[in-house]
Parts: sequence; structure tokens; C-alpha cells
Amino acid sequence: MAVAAISKYEFAPTDTQDKFHGAQLLYIGWEDHLLFCAPFAFPFPPTMRFGDVVAGPMQAAFGYHPDFAQIDWAKVEWFKSGKPVTLDFDKSLAENGLKHKDVIRFRTPGLAGIEGSCS
Amino acid sequence: MDMQVAKKKLGLKERYAVMTRGLDWTPSYQKMEDIYPYIAYEGIKIHDWDKWEDPFRLTMDAYWKYQAEKERKLYAIIDAFNQNNGHLNVTDARYVNTVKLFISGISPLEYVAHRGFAHAGRAFPGPGPRVACLMQSLDEIRHAQTQVHSISNYNKYYNGMHDFHHMHDRVWFLSVPKSFFDDAITAGPFEFMVSIGFSFEYVLTNLLFVPFVSGAAYNGDMGTMTFGFSAQSDEARHMTLGLEVIKFILEQDPANVPIVQRWIDKWTWRGYRVLTLVAMMMDYMLPKRTMSWKEAWEVYFEENGGALFKDLARYGITMPKCAEQIALEKDHLSHQAWSTFYNYAAAANFHTWMPDEDEMAWLSSKYPESFDKLYRPRYEFWREQAAKGNRFYNKTLPMLCQTCQIPMIFTEPGDATKICYREVDYKGDKYHFCSDHCKEIFEHEPEKYVQAWLPVHQIYQGNCFPEGTDPTVEGFDPLAAVLKYYNLEHGRDNLDFDISEDKKNFAEWRGQATKNI
Amino acid sequence: MSTVFLALQTNEDTRPIIEAILQDNPSAVVDEQPAMVKINADGRLVVRRETIEELIGRDYDLQELQVNMITMSGNLDQTDDEITLFWKS
Ligand SMILES: [Fe+2]
Ligand SMILES: [Fe+2]
Repeated sequence: MAVAAISKYEFAPTDTQDKFHGAQLLYIGWEDHLLFCAPFAFPFPPTMRFGDVVAGPMQAAFGYHPDFAQIDWAKVEWFKSGKPVTLDFDKSLAENGLKHKDVIRFRTPGLAGIEGSCS
Repeated sequence: MDMQVAKKKLGLKERYAVMTRGLDWTPSYQKMEDIYPYIAYEGIKIHDWDKWEDPFRLTMDAYWKYQAEKERKLYAIIDAFNQNNGHLNVTDARYVNTVKLFISGISPLEYVAHRGFAHAGRAFPGPGPRVACLMQSLDEIRHAQTQVHSISNYNKYYNGMHDFHHMHDRVWFLSVPKSFFDDAITAGPFEFMVSIGFSFEYVLTNLLFVPFVSGAAYNGDMGTMTFGFSAQSDEARHMTLGLEVIKFILEQDPANVPIVQRWIDKWTWRGYRVLTLVAMMMDYMLPKRTMSWKEAWEVYFEENGGALFKDLARYGITMPKCAEQIALEKDHLSHQAWSTFYNYAAAANFHTWMPDEDEMAWLSSKYPESFDKLYRPRYEFWREQAAKGNRFYNKTLPMLCQTCQIPMIFTEPGDATKICYREVDYKGDKYHFCSDHCKEIFEHEPEKYVQAWLPVHQIYQGNCFPEGTDPTVEGFDPLAAVLKYYNLEHGRDNLDFDISEDKKNFAEWRGQATKNI
Repeated sequence: MSTVFLALQTNEDTRPIIEAILQDNPSAVVDEQPAMVKINADGRLVVRRETIEELIGRDYDLQELQVNMITMSGNLDQTDDEITLFWKS
């Protein structure tokens, strides 16, 4: 469908990748841990190693939760746009097929938040 | 009030006709479509503008008289409130945070409503709706002004309100109400009337004003109660205008029905999402509660809105389909919202806190299905951590919904343990949504919503730092720069209520007011 | 029939008006809330000028009610003599 308008209605989208100074957006959500009220948005260079994302920004963002230190990363299940995906810690975001504004989630089997409440 | 009733020469109906249609004329040297250029493009067909009638039959002369009376009553009370240090009579200083939310989130919308109704009124060829829109436009600027005036007294004593309009245009969560209204005023005049006049004023306004105003009354805030009632006294007229506009459009042409239905669906959802702020205010921010969000929703939407849509069924209009999802969310909405502001307490212009034992018990009793199972463990954990000096301040920015601009905090309908993710690919980019309804709204007009000014993305683009900031220097602190851009003072306007200047000052001032020291 | 309602501020102006409404609408039910009186009725509620005038002992213009109204529900029709709130179905 199109916007009803009195003349041509065409404007540039606000959040294309070229506006982020070399970074691309990546959204990351931790399943069953709603103590963090929403998934996070991060700006990362596409060349960033995925393992560095986990060890750096993800540790900083999710580390407050007592479950975070318990995570066995070998058992973590990853999802991209809701579908299972394999992500290689040694490859970059781009090499892992992650593009601007992609959303990934991770599930940590055996860890279901504060007293199992998914918080 | 003891007004003299002048003997009138004309009856109400005749006077209304004379003062509306009687003042109109048919242009002879300009074409109608040049004078009213915005009236056709939305696809709404109107055959006879004279079929419109304001059921109150209020004319401008009477309007001025009654509005003047309202102002006199209001200012008498504002003066008394200020002269008697009325701010010290509120239940406790946490209450003031609802006032902060109101002045920065709602009052600026009153001003935009003023502009919106002025614009819509100008666009309509019919004198009836034009006069009604003129009145509402004047009402709305009165609301903005009297709210600023009443709340200015709180601003003398408490933090976070000093630059509310600047904040409204910048602070992350205020983009939610701001973008809602911007969406409405950038639509055509008919959609504007359905969005604000009908969906917001008629269907949802009772959920905004009645809780705020009775919340103020319950919590000893005479100032807010009075401007609230003064604004509300215009509301009955606005609601009537909203309902009349719908009935008028629907009666004019059957082709209007599906267009109007889509607008009702869209704007009921958009308005409901904005009311997330009210839900948390009712359940968490009023020290003395009036009713729970869930109860308010049941009375004012399910019961009342149910009656309304039953009445509109004769035109072929049905209850907006989002009502089903809203019913599933009512056990969770306020808790998910309060958790969000507890998370991001470092970046807001008001304080948050954890409910005490009594308040937790109240929440359990009002939300037996959800509170103890899902939210109490979270709060107890946060409370323990805060007691250990480890209060949670989330410093990583959240993912936002492209349509409502709220962080993606909402859970799947029917499963409150899973965040609801929806996405769309449009012209090579991905767009994310909190719900099927926000996604559908985007899909209907993607060209509009790709322009959204999402605060999180704007921060990452470097557009939310004070002018001259260099984000590439060693040790650059983005949160500090963003707070400066918001004109919020870290440690004073933000963070937990427990450590706030507001709390400390209120205790001291109240002590001085009640003891001889 | 669905419920219609009218909510008025609680004050000296509205006290006789509420009394008048209750006289004229036997099915009306008063719900007193902080600083606000909500009057609910089944399907239809009428506010009559004459009844109010009898109670206050002076002429009354129904438009004065504009000053004290808070909110309402239902379709509305106002004449010199009556304000009616109603649902059609
Ligand atoms: Fe208003
Ligand atoms: Fe949304």
C-alpha cells in the first residue's frame, strides 16, 4: 500500500547503513532473561570478530545477570530472525552473514533467569 | 457559579444554525477545491456538509463565556495552592514523578493538538465542524498553558521539569508520545479527526485523564487535580466532536466505512501503546493507588468501548481487532513498562524505585495471574542488589519498534516469557516491530515510517550530542554526552528515588512545615 | 442496553444538578469517586432544565453544565430544555 498524499511522496529512509560511520547495527536478545527489558542495539564494524562481540560488549551488557557467568558457550543456541543459525566465534560479523539491522537471539539451556522466572 | 441567564431571542437550535451555517458563504471568485485543497485525497466522500451538527449546539459567544468561567475557577485554586505550599501536601515525594511524566510527555501534546485542530478546522468546507475544531483548538492551547502554569510551581522545588519541551523533542522515551502525535498531524484532516478526535478522545481519553486526575485527588495534589478537571470539562465536548465526526463520515457514503475502520484499528493500537506510560503510572508511581491499570481498562475500554462499538455496528464498524491482544497484555503491561524505566533510570527525567512490601502485596492481589510468578522474583532480586550497593542501571541501548518507538519490551500474546519479535524487509533494509499491529501499520504506509526518528539509532548516528562534541576522543562517555544533549543533570534529575535530592528535600521541607524548628 | 454515563465535578454547583438527574432518571446509579461523581444509567440519561430550576430556585441554562462536566459516554443531544445521553442499540 502507499501513503495517501497530495503529491509524490518519497523520502529517504533514516537508518540506512551509510549513516552509522562505518558501523552496522546488530540487535541481540537473551531468551528467558527479561531482567533486561528488551533486546539490545549495538553499532559494530562488520569486520569485528564475533567472539569479540561476545567477550566485550555482550559481557558488558548482560554481565549483571548472575546467569551470565554460568553460560556454557559451546551449548548456546543461536537464532537469526527467529531461525536457528550457527555463528562462528572466530569469524567476523560479515563472514557470519550478519548484515545491518539483523537481529540475533541466544538461548542458554539450563539457565532460565532468577528462580526460573525468565527474568 | 451563579450566572444570570439572559432571555434569549432564539432557541438553541436556531441560534446554532445562525452562528454556524448562517455565517458561512459560497465563494464566487475562487474554486472550492482551491480553498479546500486537502479534502479529497484521503478518499473520504462527503456529499452534504450541512448534515453535521454539534449535539451540544455550542456557539462561539457562549463558548467564551463558559471558558472564562473555567479559567477564573482554575486560577483561584492555583493561587491558593501556591500560597499554601500545596506541594507539601502530596502523599510522598515519589508522587511528583507522575507530574514530571505529565509535563514532559503529555502537555507538549496538548500544544500539538491545538495546532492539529486549527489545521483540520481550516481544511473542512463545513461550518459546523469548522467551528467545533476552532473551539477544540482553543481548548488545547488552554490545556497546554494551564498545565505549564500549574506545574511551574512544582518546578520551583523538584528536579527534572526545568526544560520539558526541549526534552520532549529529544529524550528517548518521549519520542513515543511525540511520534504518535506527529504521525496524526502529518495525516490528512479526516484521518487526524479519526485518530485524535475519535480514537484518542473518545475511546481512550478516559484512560489518560481520569487516572491522572483522580490519582492527583487521591494523592493530595490539588494543583494537578484542578487543571485536570478544568481540561476535562472540555473533554466531554471533544468526545462528542469525535463521535459526531465518525457518525457523520459513515453516514455520508458507504465507501467511507472501510477507510474509517482501518483508521480506527490503527489509532486505537497507536493510542493504546502510548498509554503504556499511564499503565505504569497507575500501578507503580501513585503512592496511593486509585484502581489498577487492568481495572481501568476493563471499565473504560472493555465495558464502555464495548457499548460504543455495539452502537457503531449499525454502520458496519466493528471493534478494533487489536482489542484481543490488549486483553492478553493487561496482566503484564504496567510491570513490563516499570521494569523498563527501572532499567534505564539513568537516562530519564524522573526517578524510579522498587515497590515496598505493601505495594508488592497490592500488585499480587490485583494481578494474581502474573505478578508473583513473573515479576516479584525480578523485583526482589533488584531490591537485594540495590541493598548491596549494586542497583541495576542498564547502560546499553535497547532495540526499538519502528512504529511505536517503544523498546521491544512486549511479550508474545499468550506467552509472557518470550519477547515478541516481528520484522519486515523493505527496499533492502530490515525493520523491526513489537507486535503484529505495529508491523501492519508499517506495511500499510512504509514510506512514512521509514522516516522515523528512533532515538537509539540517532544516538548511534552521532546526532544526540551537544554541538561540538567529538565522540572519537579517548575516554568519550556517550551517556554523559547524551544527558547533556537532553539538558538533564546526571545524579540530580535521574537515577533511583532513594538517593534523590527530591526525597531528601521533601522530607526536610515537610519537617519544617509540621514542626517548630 | 449498554450503560451511558455522565461524570461531574463534586462541588456546590453540581449538587442540585445531580439531585435533579436522580429525580428524573429512576434507573440512574451514583458512583462517587474522589472529587468526581459518575452517574450511570441503563441506555438513556436525561438532564432536565426545569427540574434543576425548581431545585435551585432560579433560571438555569443547560450550557452552564459545560463548566463542571468531566466525561461522558453515549450519543448526546442537547436542546433548550434537555440534555439526553443515549445508545441506539
Ligand atoms: Fe487537551
Ligand atoms: Fe510497536
